[in-house]
Amino acid sequence: MLTYIVRRLLLVPFLLFGVTILIFGMLQFLDPVERASLYIRGDPKANQIEAAITKYCLDCPIHIQYFNWMIGKVDSNTGEREGGILFGNFGWSKTGSQPVADLIARRFPNTLDLTIWAVGPVILVGIWLGVQAAVHHNGIIDQAARIFSIVGTSFPSFVFGLLMLMFFYANLQWFPPGRLSDEFSRVVNSDQFVRHTSLLTFDALLNGRFDIFIDALRHMFLPILTLSYISWATFLRVTRSSMLETLRQEYVTTARAKGLPERDVIFKHAQPNAMLPVVTLAGFQVVGLLGGVIITETVFDYPGIGSAAASASAQLDVVTVLGFALFNGLILIVANLLVDILYAVVDPRVRLS
Amino acid sequence: MTHSNPTGNNELLGELVAMRKITRFERFLGPENYRVLVGLFKTPASIAGFILISFFILVALAAPVLAPPVTPSDPYSIPRDGFKSQPREMGSEWTKNVPDIPFWYKAVTGNDEWVHLFGTAQGQYDIYYGVIWGTRTAFKTGLLVVISTLLIGVIVGSVSAYYGGLVDNIIMRFVDVLLVLPTLMATLILAAVLTPVIGRSTLPVLISLIAFGWLGYARIIRGDILSLKERDYVLAARVIGNTDSRILFRHIIPNAIFPTLVLASLAIGDVVLSFAALSFLGIGVQVGYADWGQVLAFARNWISSLDTYWYIIAWPGLALVLYVMGFNLVGDALRDVLDPKMRGKV
Repeated sequence: MLTYIVRRLLLVPFLLFGVTILIFGMLQFLDPVERASLYIRGDPKANQIEAAITKYCLDCPIHIQYFNWMIGKVDSNTGEREGGILFGNFGWSKTGSQPVADLIARRFPNTLDLTIWAVGPVILVGIWLGVQAAVHHNGIIDQAARIFSIVGTSFPSFVFGLLMLMFFYANLQWFPPGRLSDEFSRVVNSDQFVRHTSLLTFDALLNGRFDIFIDALRHMFLPILTLSYISWATFLRVTRSSMLETLRQEYVTTARAKGLPERDVIFKHAQPNAMLPVVTLAGFQVVGLLGGVIITETVFDYPGIGSAAASASAQLDVVTVLGFALFNGLILIVANLLVDILYAVVDPRVRLS
Repeated sequence: MTHSNPTGNNELLGELVAMRKITRFERFLGPENYRVLVGLFKTPASIAGFILISFFILVALAAPVLAPPVTPSDPYSIPRDGFKSQPREMGSEWTKNVPDIPFWYKAVTGNDEWVHLFGTAQGQYDIYYGVIWGTRTAFKTGLLVVISTLLIGVIVGSVSAYYGGLVDNIIMRFVDVLLVLPTLMATLILAAVLTPVIGRSTLPVLISLIAFGWLGYARIIRGDILSLKERDYVLAARVIGNTDSRILFRHIIPNAIFPTLVLASLAIGDVVLSFAALSFLGIGVQVGYADWGQVLAFARNWISSLDTYWYIIAWPGLALVLYVMGFNLVGDALRDVLDPKMRGKV
């Protein structure tokens, strides 16, 4: 397994390099004047642009530009480093009126919060549904699950989300979009609310404000419902077919022939083996959630990194969008590595080879 | 009693030997591909899928008759009945800028005045018009993206698999890098970069969908060809002195491509979904372009009163869902037919 992990680790720097090249390549669609905003804080003045172009050599050969873009330059007067994505300087966001890195740092906790609360419903319920469908093969649950998985994959998340808003917000006023109700956002932004983790739901509990906690969950309910609904269809399909495949194996027949109760056959013998492909899927699902769910966050006006990337690109703020893409790529590369290693740990065929 | 007559006709024997008549069509496709095609028309679900797809093809073809354009030179911009922001309900009268009334309208409704059949969205865009012409947009974008991605994918994948070694390694690592970002994110950023360069139209999104859409096909085709290129007939073709490109394009690709081809044609549903999603997010086409995602986006400013303005999401949403479902139903049947365990069962 060690060789497997080492070989997998060696891929990481290569992928990181590839992604930076990809994003740097996209930046080349901008003219030097626009690219100057990578290095200027705030609204640029005319002479600043000229200065940045000469300083970062924005009309130089491409490899020099790439180098400057990666490590930036230290200002001789202030001693501060300007630019340089390796140091987390992703440029200035015109639409967010702040550095892109700050924007990401402000938005990411919200996405993380959503991910933490969505993991349970998204993954566990999806797996449970799939197992039920396979165990009662061709029964009512199975048929319903099949129909659900076809309807589910055809029903785009933004149409589903809008329908949910129509019922639960416009009609019933139960679950509003956004992050918090107005009266609570004032509390959260004031000094008396201490930000321990910057995850809103946990901070609310740590501050002893149960009402804020409930309000935050109320705002996350519809996004979580939508995310669950999109991924259940996929989980259902994968779990069901993997489970059916396992139930056909001879060792399951042996377990039954020994006279084991059906419950033990299914949950102790069949399910652990059937879960292998599901583990990978679950891993990718979590990774996908962490990367920000662009459409769901936008529909429900949830201030995570997905909706930030979407609104920046709708306003053609390329520097911001590419900053988000870079961050997203970074998360995905690291998280995919973890998923692959986790898979190797879980699957004895990979572990022992 | 024909079969007991030793000198009589051999109909029964002939039937036993040939089993059934092989049509020219089947001979043309080959037995395996023919089985796939026949299998597609076997289940009620896939037939329902084909009916849905045919329905949308009819709507797309009949678009000028169903919803006559106000400006025939630019049929894809949704006509507006004034500029007020408040959406108007279904069946409300068309006051300004009235299009030609289609010939079937009076016979069906008995009404002389052209109305907003599905209501209007914010800015008085006619929803009915957007839904009908959106069908054309769906087929246009779907077909264009699928054909281009398939072409690129097949060429890249087969070159990669056939030459192997360093070429294969470089190409596949390139694919790996492009696959790091999720497709929607990648498409989103490329479209955002391209829009200022080429302007607001369907083009930036189409180019982005193509740029990140061929990766899957390249991988599939590569896998298929890797297993085919060791076959005897490829060796035979090489022995008699064929060039590489002739072996690749005349012998290998035709044998490898059929499943990919069918899979790709069904990916039209997914492509249309991504296109609609991007235009819902406000990326790509200009406001008022006849596209389902665009019409749905009109609802975004009226979230708190969607119970009154339900028709803004209901009609384009229904069209999008049924369209994608048509392709998914057929795709589901296809996966069953292509499953190796099912082989020889049709």
